[in-house]
Amino acid sequence: MSMSETNTNAEPMIRLANVNKWYGDFHVLRDINLNVASGERIVICGPSGSGKSTMIRCINGLEEHQQGIITVDGIEVAHNLKKLHEVRREVGMVFQQFNLFPHLTVMENCTLAPIWVRKMPKKDAEMLARKFLERVRIPEQADKYPGQLSGGQQQRVAIARALCMNPKIMLFDEPTSSLDPEMIKEVLDTMVDLAESGMTMLVVTHEMGFARQVADRVIFMDEGTILEQNEPKEFFANPKHERTKAFLAQVLH
Amino acid sequence: MSGEDANRPFVREELLPALAPPMQYRGVIGWLRAHLFINVLNSVLTLIVFAAIIYFVNVMWHFFFVNATFTGVAREDCLPNPGACYPYLKANMGFFIYAFYPEPERWRVNIAALYSLLSILALLWPSFPSRKLSAVNFFVLLPVIVFFLLYGGVFGLQVVETYQWGGMIVTFVVAITGIVFSLPLGIFLALGRRSKMAAIRMLSIVFIEVWRGVPLVTVLFMASIMLPLFLPSDMSPDKLLRALVGVTLFSSAYMAEVVRGGLQAIPKGQYEAASALGLSYWQGMIFIVLPQALKKVIPGIVNTFIGLFKDTSLVFIVGLVDFLKAIDMSLVNPNWATPWTRYSGYAFGALFYFICCWSMSRYSVYMENRLSAGENKKV
Repeated sequence: MSMSETNTNAEPMIRLANVNKWYGDFHVLRDINLNVASGERIVICGPSGSGKSTMIRCINGLEEHQQGIITVDGIEVAHNLKKLHEVRREVGMVFQQFNLFPHLTVMENCTLAPIWVRKMPKKDAEMLARKFLERVRIPEQADKYPGQLSGGQQQRVAIARALCMNPKIMLFDEPTSSLDPEMIKEVLDTMVDLAESGMTMLVVTHEMGFARQVADRVIFMDEGTILEQNEPKEFFANPKHERTKAFLAQVLH
Repeated sequence: MSGEDANRPFVREELLPALAPPMQYRGVIGWLRAHLFINVLNSVLTLIVFAAIIYFVNVMWHFFFVNATFTGVAREDCLPNPGACYPYLKANMGFFIYAFYPEPERWRVNIAALYSLLSILALLWPSFPSRKLSAVNFFVLLPVIVFFLLYGGVFGLQVVETYQWGGMIVTFVVAITGIVFSLPLGIFLALGRRSKMAAIRMLSIVFIEVWRGVPLVTVLFMASIMLPLFLPSDMSPDKLLRALVGVTLFSSAYMAEVVRGGLQAIPKGQYEAASALGLSYWQGMIFIVLPQALKKVIPGIVNTFIGLFKDTSLVFIVGLVDFLKAIDMSLVNPNWATPWTRYSGYAFGALFYFICCWSMSRYSVYMENRLSAGENKKV
């Protein structure tokens, strides 16, 4: 608990209080409490089925939580559409399967939401998109379709697409899990860049190197609960919980 | 290099040159071998099919050309020739197209037809200079202008009641209206059927299942005979309008199921990505989901259009004279009664339906190729 207390000095960017969620009878999130400060970078790990993806998907309302309170930048994530839209404008998300829009070019993928959600003029949206495509180092692919890019490039486009909405928070749901090994690095590099720019990030990943390098906090989840959280050095050197130890023994080799 | 030596470690000094494939795998002989005569069974089937084609083409050739009558003015000219009777078609063409539409007013139909054709071409031609203009023209101006051209009552045009409309006019009016309205209606029904709101979902399901569960003939009967029973006696909607509504709603139920198939083929991630970017439900549907879903089901959509086009021939049941009914009516004219007239008339009918339906089919193939040109290209 000491970790979250040190981070509640200012109003937290994200607050989860006693959050519970069920899929039918299956209790997938059990009494989750978590505060994330602005600019904090959190890596969430744990075995599959531990609820880590579900938790971050609750933060932008892709999944509905049934008990407890989630607030993002002061706005409660409630299941009323207006609130949800407000939250989603502040929260960018990157998916395991990229989820780029295959019928739109890279440029159109990036400008669609700024134009229609932020009501930005097309020219400005394109300038913004170019800026972020440059930042993820693929400005030359702007006119191609997602299907013409490699997996790593697609995921970097997905990051640029999310950044074009100028989010305050970025959620990453296993961003490198469906990539070929030689493409993981280019995506992680992009994420490290982003972390250094001061973005608030929640990253579900098994890339422990990334956690060591950029995370302020590492959270270990199992069976829908947060079992352990600590700053990365301590987390990796001195895992406290038996399950954490077992898990780390599996993924660190 | 002998077999034993092949296992010995070695380094090749120079690359092997590319060779042409052996004779029996290339050129015309290779193609014939691979596609027609690969084995005994295939060879026999090939010969049987060829024989059937030759027989069929020969029969057609004799009916339409060798034994046909090309010139003449009456049944006596066609009587001796056991083939197509072209003078009969020529003499009745006006009836096939306009049926009972008054002769002095037929120029209005011609203008409406020309205008419609140009509007359709502008709409369907992807590189038309202004897509917006062609769409507004087709969906807003065209229906109004064509209606007043055909019906009259404005600018001193004589009123031509819809019971006087007939032939191809009725066929095209019913088909085009049905096509234009059944697609959007089908999309709404498909979205409704997948809606999270139980009331809307139930309504959509009931609507779709009811309309799919009855034959079109029943729908048309209901529309023309039963409907007036439920309405106040002084209110009697136009017969053509009733058939139009019946055909449109009937097709929209089928369309809904086609579109639903496309919606189901879109991965959940696309919906999620659209939501996560802050797009509203309708924005996500219009920009992300529907373009992909509809593209996937172009063959099914066009299939439904083609079905609708041919189903228009059923409106004769409620007393409308469509193109096929017009042919039918011309057959009882004793001036043209020959043993071959019936064949000539129906062959012409078949050709007309085939050309219309086949054009739709070709256009759909063209659009499929065009739409998949960009994104299916792999590096």
